[in-house]
Amino acid sequence: MTAPKSQIGASVPRLEDAPLVTGRGAFVGDIAFVHQLHMRIVRSSYAHGIITAIDTAAAQAVPGVVAVWTYKDIADLPPIDFREGSIEKLSPFRQPVLATDRVRYVGEPIAAVFAEDPYVAEDAADLVMVEVEELAPVLDAAEAAGEFSPGHSTEPVICRQGYGDVDAAFAAADAVVELDLAIGRHSGVPLETRGAIGRYDAARDVLELHGAAKVPHRNRESLAKMLGRSTAAVHLYEGHVGGGFGVRGELYPEDILVLVAAMRLGRPVKWIEDRREHMIAANQSRQQRHRIRAAVDRDGRILAIDDDFYHDQGAYIRTHGTRVADMSCGILPGPYRLPHYRVNGHFRLTNKTPAATYRAPGRYETNFVRERLMDAIAARLGLSRVEVRRRNLIAASEMPFERPLMALGDEVVLDSGDYEGLLDKALARCGWEELEREVAHRRAAGEYVGLGIAMYVEKSGLGPVDGVRINVDATGTVEVITGGASIGQGFETVIAQVCAETLGVDYRRIRVVHGRTDRIEYGIGAHATRATVMTANATHVAAGKVKAKALDMAAQLLQTEAARLDIVDGEVRLRDGAGGPSLSLGEIAQHLRPVSPTRGERDPGLAAEGWFTTKHMTYPYGVQVAVVKIDDGTGAVLIEKMMIAFDVGRAINPALVRGQLVGGFAQGLGGALFEEFQYDERGQPLSVTFADYLLPTVKDVPEIDILIAEDAPSACNPLGIKGAGEGGIAGAGAVIASAIDDALGGKGLITRLPVTPQRLKALIDASAHS
Amino acid sequence: MTDKVEIALTINGRTHRVAVEPRRTLADVIRDDCGQTGTHLGCEHGVCGACTILLDGEAVRSCLMFAVQAQNRDICTVEGLQNGPELHPLQKAFIAHHALQCGFCTPGFLMLAAGALERNPDIDDEELVDLLSSNLCRCTGYENIVKAVQAARAEMKAASMKVAP
Amino acid sequence: MKPASFTYHAPASLDEALGLLAELAPQDGRILAGGQTLVPTMAFRMARPAHLIDINGIEELRRLEVVDGWLRIGAGVRHAWFEGDRVPGALGRLLRKVVRHIAHQPIRTRGTFCGSVANADPASEWCCTTATLDGVIVAQSARGTRRIAAGDFYQGVMATDLHEDEMVVRVELPLLDDATRSGFCEFSRRAGDFAIAMVLAAYRIENGRIAEARIGVGGAEGAPRRIAEAEAALNGQPASAATFDAAARAAAAAIMPFDDHNNTIEFRRSLVATLAKRALEQAA
Repeated sequence: MTAPKSQIGASVPRLEDAPLVTGRGAFVGDIAFVHQLHMRIVRSSYAHGIITAIDTAAAQAVPGVVAVWTYKDIADLPPIDFREGSIEKLSPFRQPVLATDRVRYVGEPIAAVFAEDPYVAEDAADLVMVEVEELAPVLDAAEAAGEFSPGHSTEPVICRQGYGDVDAAFAAADAVVELDLAIGRHSGVPLETRGAIGRYDAARDVLELHGAAKVPHRNRESLAKMLGRSTAAVHLYEGHVGGGFGVRGELYPEDILVLVAAMRLGRPVKWIEDRREHMIAANQSRQQRHRIRAAVDRDGRILAIDDDFYHDQGAYIRTHGTRVADMSCGILPGPYRLPHYRVNGHFRLTNKTPAATYRAPGRYETNFVRERLMDAIAARLGLSRVEVRRRNLIAASEMPFERPLMALGDEVVLDSGDYEGLLDKALARCGWEELEREVAHRRAAGEYVGLGIAMYVEKSGLGPVDGVRINVDATGTVEVITGGASIGQGFETVIAQVCAETLGVDYRRIRVVHGRTDRIEYGIGAHATRATVMTANATHVAAGKVKAKALDMAAQLLQTEAARLDIVDGEVRLRDGAGGPSLSLGEIAQHLRPVSPTRGERDPGLAAEGWFTTKHMTYPYGVQVAVVKIDDGTGAVLIEKMMIAFDVGRAINPALVRGQLVGGFAQGLGGALFEEFQYDERGQPLSVTFADYLLPTVKDVPEIDILIAEDAPSACNPLGIKGAGEGGIAGAGAVIASAIDDALGGKGLITRLPVTPQRLKALIDASAHS
Repeated sequence: MTDKVEIALTINGRTHRVAVEPRRTLADVIRDDCGQTGTHLGCEHGVCGACTILLDGEAVRSCLMFAVQAQNRDICTVEGLQNGPELHPLQKAFIAHHALQCGFCTPGFLMLAAGALERNPDIDDEELVDLLSSNLCRCTGYENIVKAVQAARAEMKAASMKVAP
Repeated sequence: MKPASFTYHAPASLDEALGLLAELAPQDGRILAGGQTLVPTMAFRMARPAHLIDINGIEELRRLEVVDGWLRIGAGVRHAWFEGDRVPGALGRLLRKVVRHIAHQPIRTRGTFCGSVANADPASEWCCTTATLDGVIVAQSARGTRRIAAGDFYQGVMATDLHEDEMVVRVELPLLDDATRSGFCEFSRRAGDFAIAMVLAAYRIENGRIAEARIGVGGAEGAPRRIAEAEAALNGQPASAATFDAAARAAAAAIMPFDDHNNTIEFRRSLVATLAKRALEQAA
């Protein structure tokens, strides 16, 4: 089994796939413990109201029901706190594990039924009688703020950022462009619904949560704190995860309940959410309304941006606090120079399912807003949309470019980037000028066809630090123990590739451990596109140390200098194919056993820990171009051409990078054309099944031309990686809106997502009559 | 709660004798009573296709049938796709073409494609895409799933293989 | 989303099924055919029948045959049966055109024609087809048999003339003159979704003019129906773009669409104009 020459940069097949294609995956629904109970949640069917009575007697009487809990049964539990720690100002808005005296969204957990069988649990849940005095729901985040609870407003905070003298800039402007834009509520909606199994191992006094995802170590700390246990007495286990997208893996009431129930009822407790529940109870996202103004000079250069936006947080503030709104403030400027800036993010509570992060949080939204603004500036001044962007781009020579802004608690320092270079590559790749001519020609013939463009800056590699442990056993198998998490993105494969290349073994001999708090004490999980950047770099460090130790041991055994040795395909041998004796890593590991006579003073084990620290996030960037056609008879949108150019710094596995960009784009397309969590005037959710919340199918996703650029490796890490997890989705809403608006004549008619056939047909019919 | 019915389900050539309430869906019984958890539940209302199995060679949504309806039928699930240690061409193609990320929708797509290719090895690209639009995937954006099924179609045509029972 | 409990019955004959239906319908007993609509409804617990009478084992219902100039579609006939060339002639061609639009392959493998008709969802392609072709619904109970014209059968959204103890045992569609041209067009958000509106068009050309025109609209109103105003604009006219335009506009003007959360009356009306025109063009 010869290893490929270079494993970093190779599109090797994934290590993860074998069990998944043979039906041997271990998703949480597939796991069963002996004697387990099944939990079913009773949820509010009112958007806002006061609970006047809960009657669980009939439910408790159902044969097979072991317990029915309401708030009173868990009164000692605190509400779920924020992932980053306590935030006093936001504390009154945290969600209780079970509703206390009020319900604030349809779907809010009110009671929990524990039964021998999930069908029985559902039967019993139906019999729990809840009486609610209905109150008027707040459904518009932009209306005047009201009372959330005595002494607390539905606007707990305004996220403010800015710099410079915005008012003076507007006074001096040649033109002011003003827009009112909105992004519809939608979210990750993974194909696997949420689930959790709580199990209390009384023999070891360890409380286990199975079905963990995303941030197992952080959640373990939060859970230990909430439940008054040491972290050594709480362990999280991640099996296979059916998609995360930011939504899965945060701490939800149901996770707490299965753990507490496992302890108190003395049996494992399994909870698997159904699809309807997912649509009303899992984190939603994206809904913002921006009233944005730009001051520009006559050449289209932006002098200032002043943005007031309303962030629809939903009923409670969950584990992310105000991060998405904060992020929106800090990242809105994108790749453009912006001398003066003022943004007020009105963080509003409403009576909808709570919101949090969804892939490219704050960026999908602000990219849409900012790129609509760029198109509008171009239209106002009669300039080309490309030229306006070009004139405002930060130059490569200005990198690293510091913005006096904060995003994710980090200063915004654009580390590296050749925005104009990528723009030119993108334009050349898609043949922009030819496309412009073609589109103009077809429009003249009466077709509703349009060309759109969007430029954006992403963020990834959130630090500050990550570490891994690598151990090589007597068979030469390498185990990389990480605190990472796999949500389906190919984490194991990427880590294995980096380890393989650095150490000198075939990646297929490497086992990568993740999502196991009992295997490694610390971990960053998988979010904010950080796994490849942070964990891979830590792996690189650790692998380097293991290699050094192996060579040092081998040098002694082979009686030569370590500098003359190298590791190729798991064998230590003289460099440059000089022949001679060799030793396998497995043999070296044996020599490093504690009792080995040849070990000498060296610490036992062919093993090492490696840590990687980064001061700043890294900022990959992209350009998207789309050609769309609107069917003027139905309003349906067809994406005829789609191109994504994205700078990833360095691609460890190009096929996986492409997979992330294409998959992400498909989600972004969903948010642009199909997906929305709609509510009626009573706050009743209308998009609760896959028949009304529309995920794109194979027919809806166009062929995508992907240009992966590796021109500007990140200066923030030795491997130069920037990460691609959110690069495809981030600009999708912006580019599709741009193209559709162009198809309608570039008059700025597209001001909200999703863009529906109903809306387009109405616009087309109206213009046909005028 | 009604009385359980004793049924025998033949899954991948093996008979499972179980006692189930009539309301138990075929998907749930395959997973929980017969221990074959490769078939997944993505929506339980017949839209996503993650629960797709072959019933007498035809792809159906196992969440839309009751287990009691599936007696005396030949049920094929993803666990039965391979031939001993030898993976089915579709399984190999999915790996080779990076046609899965989280893998949750994968068994459904594999069975959907397996049934179709078995019945019509000459299925053209338009029909293939039409067929694949039956199922949802949230991770891959579909392009590699299409490529993988096309590659398997070519390999199966060449080998004139049959789906393992 | 697990269904509520029910008692399961699997009759081997139609008589047995009707006997059970007579006894159990008053106790919330229902027929289980394809299950592609009923089972999801039960999963959401929007339907909780106490009894299910599974008719999938009744061989005599699994008949698709031509008798005396009519196609008889038994209650056990699946949507997928219309994909091949089991049904000859112009009717077969028409049904093949329509069936491609019904949901997706795995649904068509189990779902039944008669089940769709009995359910009377306005978005049902077969309901539109039976209404447009003036089909006959044969309803049977322990008390006897009734033949109901399609025009009388559909009474509104999910509402039909069926009595509680009756079952649709077959639907009959008239064979069409072999020279009949047909076209079917529907609009949905994604392929296979419930249609927001649909139009089925069929006509012959006689001496260069349209004859025996049928225009049926479904999905836009509470029940599918033929649109006389549109047919009047077609019969006797040449099969030209101008004729099709006029007929399409007439169809759009004649209907009284319902609105829902996402679709306005104007949108459905506008859609029908587009779909009618395209269906007519498809047929030409």
